[in-house]
Amino acid sequence: MFNLLKARIHHGYQAIHDPLNAAIHPSFPGLPTILRACKEDFCAAGSFCPTGAIGDNSLDLGKCVFCGECTRRFPATFAFNPNFRMASSRRESLIIRWDNQSNTCTAPAVEVNAALKKLCIRSFALRNVSAGGCNACELELGASSNVNFDMGRYGIEVVASPRHADALILTGPVSKNMEQAFVKTWEAIPDPKVLILCGACAISGGSFVNSDAISRDWLQTMQPALYIPGCPAHPLSIIHGLMSLLGRVK
Amino acid sequence: MKEKAQIVNPFLYVLPDLMELTDFLNGIRNLCLAGYSPLCFFGTARQELLCGMALAGKEPILLRCLFPQDMQYQSLSMEFPAFHLFERELWEEFGVTPLGHPWLKPVRFPIGGQQSMEQYPFFSSESSALHEVGVGPVHAGVIEPGHFRFICHGERIEHLEIQLGYQHRGIMNLLSQGDIRQKMPLAECIAGDTAIGHGLAYCSAIETLCNVSVPTALQTVRLIALELERIAMHLADLSALAGDIAYLSGQNFFAALRTTIINSSLAICGSRFGKRWLKPGGINYGLSKEQNSLLRSTLEEAGRQIERCTRAMFADAGVLNRFDSTGSVSKKAALELNFSGVTAKASGLAIDARCDFPLSAYTEFSPLCLDSGDVFARASIRAKEIEQSLDMIAHMLSTLPPVSAKDSVSLPPPMPDKLCIAITEGWRGRIVHVVKTDSESGTEFYRVIDPSLHNWFALALAVRNEGISDFPLCNKSFDLSYCGTDL
Repeated sequence: MFNLLKARIHHGYQAIHDPLNAAIHPSFPGLPTILRACKEDFCAAGSFCPTGAIGDNSLDLGKCVFCGECTRRFPATFAFNPNFRMASSRRESLIIRWDNQSNTCTAPAVEVNAALKKLCIRSFALRNVSAGGCNACELELGASSNVNFDMGRYGIEVVASPRHADALILTGPVSKNMEQAFVKTWEAIPDPKVLILCGACAISGGSFVNSDAISRDWLQTMQPALYIPGCPAHPLSIIHGLMSLLGRVK
Repeated sequence: MKEKAQIVNPFLYVLPDLMELTDFLNGIRNLCLAGYSPLCFFGTARQELLCGMALAGKEPILLRCLFPQDMQYQSLSMEFPAFHLFERELWEEFGVTPLGHPWLKPVRFPIGGQQSMEQYPFFSSESSALHEVGVGPVHAGVIEPGHFRFICHGERIEHLEIQLGYQHRGIMNLLSQGDIRQKMPLAECIAGDTAIGHGLAYCSAIETLCNVSVPTALQTVRLIALELERIAMHLADLSALAGDIAYLSGQNFFAALRTTIINSSLAICGSRFGKRWLKPGGINYGLSKEQNSLLRSTLEEAGRQIERCTRAMFADAGVLNRFDSTGSVSKKAALELNFSGVTAKASGLAIDARCDFPLSAYTEFSPLCLDSGDVFARASIRAKEIEQSLDMIAHMLSTLPPVSAKDSVSLPPPMPDKLCIAITEGWRGRIVHVVKTDSESGTEFYRVIDPSLHNWFALALAVRNEGISDFPLCNKSFDLSYCGTDL
């Protein structure tokens, strides 16, 4: 009994006070910015980028696995900021582009989902399907509900049954062997429902996009409501993305 | 204290001469009888069988022969059960049939394999007293997919069959395509919760094939990363074990402590999982004097709280009642079935790659071991290993000069026609990577053997005669990887 009390006292209060505005360690590679247009740098970085995320003066957050090789080699062109707000409601806006007119780059943004804002403002239930996920995104999604991040405080929880869910949150590139179970889980969720893609693998196939063993055909017929980049997606990115979608970020 | 083995892991080979099939099989039998166990056993696109046999402290022995002409041979599994999964892989991938295999069925349903998932055969019983329970592939929690088929007598589990393969991503194929030196992000995804364990095996193998050696200080940083990963994941498991028995204080204490540990990794390399920290040739992020002392003080503080929490948990009658004698695995089974890591150590088998096949930066290491083989033993080993790893890190940090990532070495193309076996002790157990280069320094094949491949069978054994409601607890006490097995 005294052992437990002692441990409890030292445990203290662990919840992050405000996950939407939390400060994150400066070494965290979050939202990237393109610092300048430089054909040579983009060309060179494009040649070694492991997932082909780097294009013509652009960087695709949906493909990026945040290995950091581009910013380590070309710090004058690529910068990753300690900003976890990376989610987007449109695939296209995950591609950070350099704008020659303003000499700045674009950033992803989440548009509030009006239907969800009306229906799920106090309670939003997620059903996770891991389909070829490496267990990193799964652990981070799990951590979003833990004592530190505690997204349950917002009424957002991961539920066991698809029947209880408002959304399916996919992790992993969709392995062929898992595709059927993924589709069936989606079909088992009652309407209205939305699809959320968590992590580079779910969004673009990530490191596995060229594998014969994955199958994204069905996924490509779907219209996801939210994309959360990362490899894995950070719990703060997940929470911020979900809350933005629900229209609860001021 | 075990003496440090006088061998240097990773191991570099040229392919041994082809043997006759009978000599090959007899060679394996003799090595098994001499105490060796299989590290790897697989077929290659050249229609050859390769087998690596290991004994602690000795350089692994490679054996090689052509596929049998009639594509079949007498199975080794009845005599040496450690081969049962390797033989299933071989049959599934190449159609080589091990005659007399006790239960020949697919492992991971690779594309172009012998069977598709719908045809999966399950062991079943006609008895009207028994019923079957199917769970998965989609589980109730946030975890990876797999299917568990129970045969139960009332609440009691008679038999469990584990069907995996849902996570198969073709990662061994991807690893063998293109420049082998640029596969780090992929190696970190073999099992994302073991980014360092697999990443270090990959780095060590590639460095050996490229014939470079990494400065000791950088290697020490990599071992620190490996131990941090072990501490973090053992904490995650203690948290989940506590959660499974509704000991909610423990669930939250250990979850918060895990956050502290993985945030220390983030502060160094930017990733809570240690992704992008290591690279072939060294590391991407060094450790300054300030980072060193900050890490030491964070870990000291965390160590004190971990001690308080484990003391509270392991003194709780309710916890002990649920852990004690639940899900036991015998030492005999652990030895025969090639289990490793916590699974083996909790069943009295003192094996650990950190002393059996040490990477050069290890000094001395002695594995912790318990005999009872139950959930209690596996939970206790995790708690004790956390303490042990904290001590190891403190010791390494105390003598470590400031380390700069700039001291990493660049890699020339790998040597042609060489084979390398790299072994690391991940938090789940023994990780083996086998890489072979072709005559033009391309990659002929890349095999990965995650400890989970063997250890899943321990779960099937552990739940026999347990109540089905104890399955989650037993499962968590092993915490095995789905994607590490499915690859």
